[in-house]
Order: sequence, then structure tokens, then C-alpha cells
Amino acid sequence: MIETGLLLAQKNIDLLRMFSQLGEGFVVTLEIFVLTLLFSLPLGLLVSFGRMSKNCVIRSITKAYISVMRGTPLMLQIFVVYFGPYYLFEVSFGTGYRFPAVIIAFVLNYAAYFAEIYRAGIESMPKGQYEAAEVLGYSKLQTFVRIILPQVIKRILPPVTNETITLVKDTSLAFTISIAEMFTIAKQIAAAQTTMIPLIGAGVFYFIFNLLVALGMEKLEKSLDYYR
Amino acid sequence: MTQRQVLLEMNHVKKSFDGVQVLSDISLAVQEGEVVSIIGPSGSGKSTLLRLATLLERLDDGELIYMGEAAATSENGKSVYASKEKLKQLRKVFGLVFQNFQLFPHFSVRKNITDALVHVEKVSQEEADSRAEKLLAQLGLSDKADNYPYQLSGGQQQRVSIARALALQPKILFFDEPTSALDPELTGEVLKVIKELAREHMTMIIVTHEMQFAREVSDRILFMEQGVVVQEGTPDEIFENPVERVREFIGKLG
Repeated sequence: MIETGLLLAQKNIDLLRMFSQLGEGFVVTLEIFVLTLLFSLPLGLLVSFGRMSKNCVIRSITKAYISVMRGTPLMLQIFVVYFGPYYLFEVSFGTGYRFPAVIIAFVLNYAAYFAEIYRAGIESMPKGQYEAAEVLGYSKLQTFVRIILPQVIKRILPPVTNETITLVKDTSLAFTISIAEMFTIAKQIAAAQTTMIPLIGAGVFYFIFNLLVALGMEKLEKSLDYYR
Repeated sequence: MTQRQVLLEMNHVKKSFDGVQVLSDISLAVQEGEVVSIIGPSGSGKSTLLRLATLLERLDDGELIYMGEAAATSENGKSVYASKEKLKQLRKVFGLVFQNFQLFPHFSVRKNITDALVHVEKVSQEEADSRAEKLLAQLGLSDKADNYPYQLSGGQQQRVSIARALALQPKILFFDEPTSALDPELTGEVLKVIKELAREHMTMIIVTHEMQFAREVSDRILFMEQGVVVQEGTPDEIFENPVERVREFIGKLG
């Protein structure tokens, strides 16, 4: 009787500790998510310019880049970024390089997807908007920043939301090079204690996070509803 | 008649797209205060002429001169354009009203009118706002200043786009079929505004399908077909003494 009571008590403590550990992992997950968006959104715009460039060399290079990024697994890209410097140049950055490597791989990958979303948005803009701006005397840069980009952002919000939600789930791929993000930790606890609970817990974290992301994007879309 | 300044000169203009000659040797001079209408069937090259004049397309050969200053000169059978800075400066001479308005949908009516003033002309926001207010009052749109383009009828949108062009105080205003995208009952309000401008001696070049309107508003009408001017003259000359082809065209339209 006493023994089972003790066991139960221990289980309770474990559950609490489990969630606090998952929470710590979630902070890393959040870091990957935020840093990836922060860098890949502007980089994607730059890449989309390259993709639409009149210069065929720049266009071909960016096209190949996008093709490779979209055509190979993100997991493989993480490995290449992390181990590549060692195998190619025999440079080793040590374990401190793990986190930057994940961020670099994610940013490069997501920039490619965002670039294609930007391109679709920019190319969907009627030529007349550019012409109206030109006749009114706007410079090329002003035309893009003041007239084109705001309208493009409104148009591409739905596909960007999609990518963002995918990114939340993709952060779990960081486990492949042992970054202590939420999924890595969930897997470790699950293996050590032979239980599914931490994995389900992680699933709940991802799901709620994505609900919030979707809610935020919906708010953003609504805030741009003032024009058509 | 006193000597008036020639604002626009287009000399021996040629333009082809993909080997198809769209304009062959067109010349046109427009004086200050003149209203010139360009009529003719679809594909006659009249819109192309307007796009060349407004620097949206480039001449193959010929000259384009604004107020005595060349935007393009002809050298060895090819048009040579002035520097970017020069073109930027010459662009200020004219405004253009598009067939389908091309208002900026993310800007309110007021901002559509003031944005270029503030960010291109570097006019103060207060000055721009007061100019917009005056123009909107003039065009009967004062109550629409804070609306967005999608909330307006086609006729109202076109009037806003006229206001947007006028705000920059151009010397010439071009119209590219300004009523073609409008329901018939909405064309009247736009044509009325253009007539108003004609009364104020605004120099205008209007590509249009509205024959009766062209007759009423114009000092001169050009009838174009297949890249050439078939007939040119005062409205009376065109409508009273049309050449064979023009008679056919006017007749068809009733």
C-alpha cells in the first residue's frame, strides 16, 4: 500500500518536471521559429528579386537555388549546413555551431519558399499600377515600397500563413542534430520512461502554438480588410 | 489668333510591335489651351500614340518634344531619348487618365490625390491636403475624401483619377478612353468634368469612342486608322465633310 502511494507521488512529480522540461524546450522551439521568420522573410524578398531579374545569370542562379531548397529534404539541408564545413574544409566549429547551423538551414530553406510566394504576389499586380505610378513621377523604389509592396503583402498573407504553420512543425527537425528543442526533449523523456505522455504533451504545445499563429495571421488579414 | 505656345510636338512617329507596324509616320502638334480628340476604330494605333506621348512606350523613330525640349530626337532613323533626369523633368508637363482608372486601392481618395504631391513633389502635407480638398469640391466628391476606391462607383473613381492627375498641375492632360470602362449612365458625369476643364482652357488630348462628346469638346479631331491619320480637322470639318472612310465609321456608330 505504502509503496504504490509513493510511486503515484513520484509519477506526479515527474509529470510536473516533464512539462517544465518541455517548456524549456519550447523556448528553443520559439527561438528557431522567430529567428527563421526574422531572416527568411526579407531574404525571400531579395531572392524573389533575383528570380525576376532581367539578368539571366542572376535569374538562373536563384532559380537553381530555389529548386534545390524545395527539392531536397530540410533534414538533409540541416545536416549539410552542420557537417558541411567539416567535410569540405576540415573546419570544426564544435557543438556551439549546432544552433546557428539550424537557423542557417531553416532561413535558407524558408527564404526559397517565401521567394516564390513573393514572386507570385508581385507578378499578380496589374501593370497599370506601375504605369500610373510612373506617370505620377514616383521613382522605381517609391513605386515598389509605396504602391506595389503593400498590395502584395495583402495578397500573399494566406500562403504566408500556410508556410508559417509548417515552420512551427518543422522546428522539430532540429532534433536531428540534437538541439534541445521541445521535440528532442519529448523524445528523450519518452525513451527514458517508456511513456507516450511527453510526445502527446509536445503535440499539444505545437497545436496550441499553431492556433495562436493562425489567430494572429487572421487578425493581420482582417486589419488589411479596409480596402479591396 | 495670338501666338500660343506649342506644348507638344510629335514628328514622324513610327512604332511597331513584333514587326507589326502600329504607327507609321504620325505627326501632331498641340498648342496651349487646345483640346484634341483622337478617334478611330480599335487597333488604329490611337492608344499607342498616347502611350508614346506619355513615355510609357518608346518611339522606334521620330521626335517627341515637350515645350520645345526634346524627350526624343531622331538620329539615323532611330529615336534617341534624353537622359533619365530630363525625362523625369518632362514627365511633370503632362498627366494621364487611364481607361480603368488605376487608382491605388490601398490609399483613401484623399491619399490617392496627395501622395505623389507629398512624396514626389515634396509639397507639404497641409498644402497637398488643401489642394486635394479644392479639387474634390470642384469635382463634386468632397464627401468621398476618406473613402477607398472600391467604395466608389466607376464614374466617381474616374473623377478621382482626374483629380489625382490635376493635383500635380500638369500643362497637358491625356485621356485614354476615359469612359470605356464605365456603364453608360456613368459616362455623363465624367464627360461633364472634361467639358468643364475644356472651358477652363486646360490643354487636353483625348482618345475616345464618344463621337458626340468629341464633337462638342474638341478644337480639333484626328481620325486614325491602321497607324495613319486618315483625316484631321475641326469637329465641323470632320462631321460635315468626312472623307469616305470616316463617313463609314461615323455612320456605323449612328
